[in-house]
Amino acid sequence: MARRRLKMEKVREILNRYGNSKDNLIQVMLELQNISGTNSLPHEWVVFVAKQLGMPISRVYSVITFYSMFGTEPRGKYLIEVCKSGPCYVRGAKNVLQLLEEKLGIKPGQTTDDGSFTLIQSSCFGACDIAPAVKIGEKVYGNLTSEKLSEIIDSYREGQHNE
Amino acid sequence: MNKVLSARFGKIRPDSVEEYIHAGGYEGLKKAMSMDHVAAIEEIKKANLFGRGGAAYPTGIKWEQAYAIKKGPKYMVCNADEGEPGTFKDKHILSEDPFELIEGMTIGAYIMGAKEGYIYIRGEYAAIQRIVKSAIENAKKAGYLGKNILGTDFEFDLKVVSGAGAYVCGENTALVESIEGKTGRPRQKPPYIKNCGLYQMPTILNNVETYSCIPWIIKDGGEKFSSLGTEFSGGTKLMCLSGNVKNRGVYEIPFGMTLRELIYDLGGGIEGGRKLKFVHLGGSSGSCFPESMVDTKICYYDLKKAGFSLGSGAVLVVDDSHCVVDYLKTVMEFFEEESCGKCTPCREGNQRMVEILEKFTEGTATMEDFNKIKSLAQTMKTTSFCGLGQSAPVPVITLIKYFEEEFIEHINGKCKAGVCSMSGKAGK
Repeated sequence: MARRRLKMEKVREILNRYGNSKDNLIQVMLELQNISGTNSLPHEWVVFVAKQLGMPISRVYSVITFYSMFGTEPRGKYLIEVCKSGPCYVRGAKNVLQLLEEKLGIKPGQTTDDGSFTLIQSSCFGACDIAPAVKIGEKVYGNLTSEKLSEIIDSYREGQHNE
Repeated sequence: MNKVLSARFGKIRPDSVEEYIHAGGYEGLKKAMSMDHVAAIEEIKKANLFGRGGAAYPTGIKWEQAYAIKKGPKYMVCNADEGEPGTFKDKHILSEDPFELIEGMTIGAYIMGAKEGYIYIRGEYAAIQRIVKSAIENAKKAGYLGKNILGTDFEFDLKVVSGAGAYVCGENTALVESIEGKTGRPRQKPPYIKNCGLYQMPTILNNVETYSCIPWIIKDGGEKFSSLGTEFSGGTKLMCLSGNVKNRGVYEIPFGMTLRELIYDLGGGIEGGRKLKFVHLGGSSGSCFPESMVDTKICYYDLKKAGFSLGSGAVLVVDDSHCVVDYLKTVMEFFEEESCGKCTPCREGNQRMVEILEKFTEGTATMEDFNKIKSLAQTMKTTSFCGLGQSAPVPVITLIKYFEEEFIEHINGKCKAGVCSMSGKAGK
């Protein structure tokens, strides 16, 4: 309970920093998702933000469900985004996806049982010069081979990327 | 080769004002602040600079029109939502020399009398946003942004706004909606954003690369900039080379170079001894054409004459191991995903397009399906609400134009490249 209250304090602080302004809704929500620990926006927070900004909850949801970066259901600690746009496609993005599905035992849209990884397919994120590429959190990995991909996933499993 | 935009890439600390100035930065702003506003716009007109985001609107004319608008406040906005697949040039400017963008916007603000500006950077570039924010802070400390710029009463403040994953926000009016914290759906035009943009006020909106050309143009003159390119396209262009080519990357080239020179001389040609099948130019919403067309010069006029547009400068090279139909399906899945849903031709059209193309890859398509695609592409092109839906069918139309026989082959149950499963054929 104390932890939850602490988190609510943090939500309030972020809202204040953005002047409790509707114009900054997207910026606020991006920060909130970053601190959520679930890579998503808990319903409780959405309700709180809507109230603080004097907006209907439906309007807040209409915004956050429009943008692909927001999640409304809890997701893994690390979001693995596999680019499926043209430049990665011609460099073998389909193989990358298949390898990840096998390695993680999940399909796009699913989260591993331990809550570590969520696999998603994404539109181009501008790593075309190193295609095929994946993005894990903010980090981009390119020129992927099956060995390289395997090493990358293992390095996350071993906790080398913990803050 | 003359470099306008990439001269400092990798040579300076991207967020250091001192290093930027030492490398020739902020000369443009100083000169602009000693010039008459109209004379500065004249230089940009002489430069033959066309909007680098994809629409290729003449920047000088845009700024002249915006300058003539009397109401205010005016806002300077930069489109750094670089979402067109195959485009990664703005990323380089933002992460390696953000001050050329900041200086370009500051010059614009001085001319227009704007006090506030926004750089809308796509959410996927979170790390780059921090570099740009740091550059802005440092510019403020050094007196190049904020109040009393260069000791005068000129003031201009810049903010970084993050996108959150929506390709459609690259459309000007959708971008403005997104800065206002709303869903990024495009607005009815007119009114155009130059009259009625951010917060319903006159807004000057340009792409990262466009703004970044401005300091050089003011410093060295519009005519000199123009002379770097061709008669119809002034200056240089950042081209993004990707796909099945040896040396992928961003190249700053003078207008007038041919696509063949870019792909084979700079890019080192096709990888693995394969042959070039087609080039997808300008991003997913651009034209696809075969090798017979790659001697076309990279120049707005020459490309237009050939029926193409340069778009963002993305050059995706596709080799002969790929199937045209399966590739097209991948491209259309992108538009299906990214359509904002506001208008029917785009929302439904892209979805149907993917469904019908799937029939081709499964081997169950008929001649009627082929005719449907062609008709649907025309409908989307002519009736969609914004540029997304209008340009989404461009790859469909151009691939059918140059590779019609492959579509017919799929109707007859054959995929020459051996990529499509044709799994539905047996059950037909």
